[in-house]
Amino acid sequence: MDSTLQSGPDAAVKAKKSKATVLGSQRPSWIGKVKKDRWLYVLLLPGLIYFLVFKYLPMWGVLIAFQNFQPFVGFWNSEWVGLENFRNFFANPDFVRLLRNTFILAVYDLVFFFPAPIIVALLLNEIRVNVIKRFIQTMVYVPHFISMVIVASMTYVFLTTQGGVLNEAVFQITGRRIDFLADPDWFRPLIILQIMWKETGWGTIIFLAALASVDVEQYEAAVVDGANRFQRLWHVTLPAISSVIVILLILRLGNFLDNGFEQIFLMTNSLNRTVADVFDTYVYFVGITQGAFSYSTAIGLFKSIVGIVLIYGSNWLAKRFGQEGLY
Amino acid sequence: MGSNHDSLGEKVFDGFNYLFLSIFAVITVLPFIYIFAGSFATEAELSERSFFLIPRDFSISAYQYIFSSNTIFRSIGVSIYITVVGTITNLAFTLTMAYALSRRDLLGRNLIMNLVIFSMLFSGGMIPTYLVVKELGLLNSYGALILPGAISAFNLIIIKNFFQQLPPGLEESARIDGCTDLGVLWRIVLPLSMPVIATFGLFYAVGHWNNFFSALLYLNDHTKWPLQVMLREIVMLSQLAIGDINNMDPNYVKPPEQSVKMAVIVTGTIPILLVYPLLQRHFAKGVLLGSIKG
Repeated sequence: MDSTLQSGPDAAVKAKKSKATVLGSQRPSWIGKVKKDRWLYVLLLPGLIYFLVFKYLPMWGVLIAFQNFQPFVGFWNSEWVGLENFRNFFANPDFVRLLRNTFILAVYDLVFFFPAPIIVALLLNEIRVNVIKRFIQTMVYVPHFISMVIVASMTYVFLTTQGGVLNEAVFQITGRRIDFLADPDWFRPLIILQIMWKETGWGTIIFLAALASVDVEQYEAAVVDGANRFQRLWHVTLPAISSVIVILLILRLGNFLDNGFEQIFLMTNSLNRTVADVFDTYVYFVGITQGAFSYSTAIGLFKSIVGIVLIYGSNWLAKRFGQEGLY
Repeated sequence: MGSNHDSLGEKVFDGFNYLFLSIFAVITVLPFIYIFAGSFATEAELSERSFFLIPRDFSISAYQYIFSSNTIFRSIGVSIYITVVGTITNLAFTLTMAYALSRRDLLGRNLIMNLVIFSMLFSGGMIPTYLVVKELGLLNSYGALILPGAISAFNLIIIKNFFQQLPPGLEESARIDGCTDLGVLWRIVLPLSMPVIATFGLFYAVGHWNNFFSALLYLNDHTKWPLQVMLREIVMLSQLAIGDINNMDPNYVKPPEQSVKMAVIVTGTIPILLVYPLLQRHFAKGVLLGSIKG
């Protein structure tokens, strides 16, 4: 066991030392532990390097938000400018626009998308023919696995003013075509409808699991008490899944600023930019396509910090609601 | 719950419930069927009939067209390569680290766990990560699509928790038999964890196949683009033959037609649908594993 036990030319001396180690611990005990677990550290190493290089190096790189970073000069020689990038951003009218767009999309998401899986799960739970229930589940889970690019592509194919099938239908009914893809008024509804189409079915899983764990005896007791199905739904089923609903709601509040980045990026075009830009996509356009590294990093940092505050805030809220908290 | 006691109101409810859920299921699936049908229709039929599920004139010209150049073939190859190599990398990194962290007596374990958890709360963001990838010389290489996402902290923690729940007796007896920690992982822990490995392997694989943004961010060379980026170019930006214009019949270089766009979408969707039965089984399990306690 003890790492000091080894044979060698001067084994006698070592044996003495090992005795000393055991008794008076000449050598700190952690060396022995590390040596015993050396293979575990070998296993740990690739992952640790990954986190240091791809997670922690960028965190340190966030410092360029306080610089006027020039790629060809490098990090060490770039000029430090303090909070100038942040001041510029807060003074820019784009700041209010981004905040507004992000906020409105998040509220739409909360109001329209968040309840959808709960309602569908409750309805699915009322289906008593298992084969039908499973058949519907199999169908509605499919879009979850399809990439956002395909979802956006299908939206384009359906809604284009040049022969898109849905736009043709609109034309048959109203006599004119609507440019859904370019009209800023249609951007937010499209985003929400896409996400509802893609994720509602999948979102039911967690609620269905919660529903499956509801005690059958409670239903039986309710039936004995003369409760009809609606009363059972209201008094037994809903209370049983309310804790899951609260947890997911709080989680969503913690990610309030995270609008679906890929989705919004894909659906953004030059005509709907005014309502489409959110923090993440703006960082991409300003940082990568225009090369304003420091300025865009400052925007990203602002968003990360607000995000952390929201996560901790929502976690605190979860604890107040008697949940065990997520972190 | 005795269905023979249903009142009229409940029967009406049941009727509407079936109707509503059926409509929902149809809305989910219909777009795929329409796109599939349209990809086999002629352009004339598509502009003439607004909606159909079975093409009148069956035609594979859209597929002939998109596979007439090697653009699509190559991007499918790229996507397969990234999915396979990326998933193997993910699993190698995640499983080894998860196993080391699953050993409670490991010195420094808490510090590293805190590093992992903090990385879930705060990130350097897009630009600093981009600059790190650039400094490492990974721009325009497939490494940029694989290494920056080698471990998902969330998956890591779930797998670590799973390893901790394995019966400790097996590992101890293996160690008494002279197994090193490497041997224990390889001979005892991994074979016991195959369902979990399959689940998270699929998680990672679907992520790679569907990944669009890293490729857009890190790959400037369009001959290296995976299928998802090609899809967007062709369907949403109405471009085809990028990078291959010189090799193609000049008559072919024109904005792609509806049927061609549909054929490209089908090409990108089919692989996912083929593995869907597997996905459905494993993913549902994964969601519930994650929800127990992340």
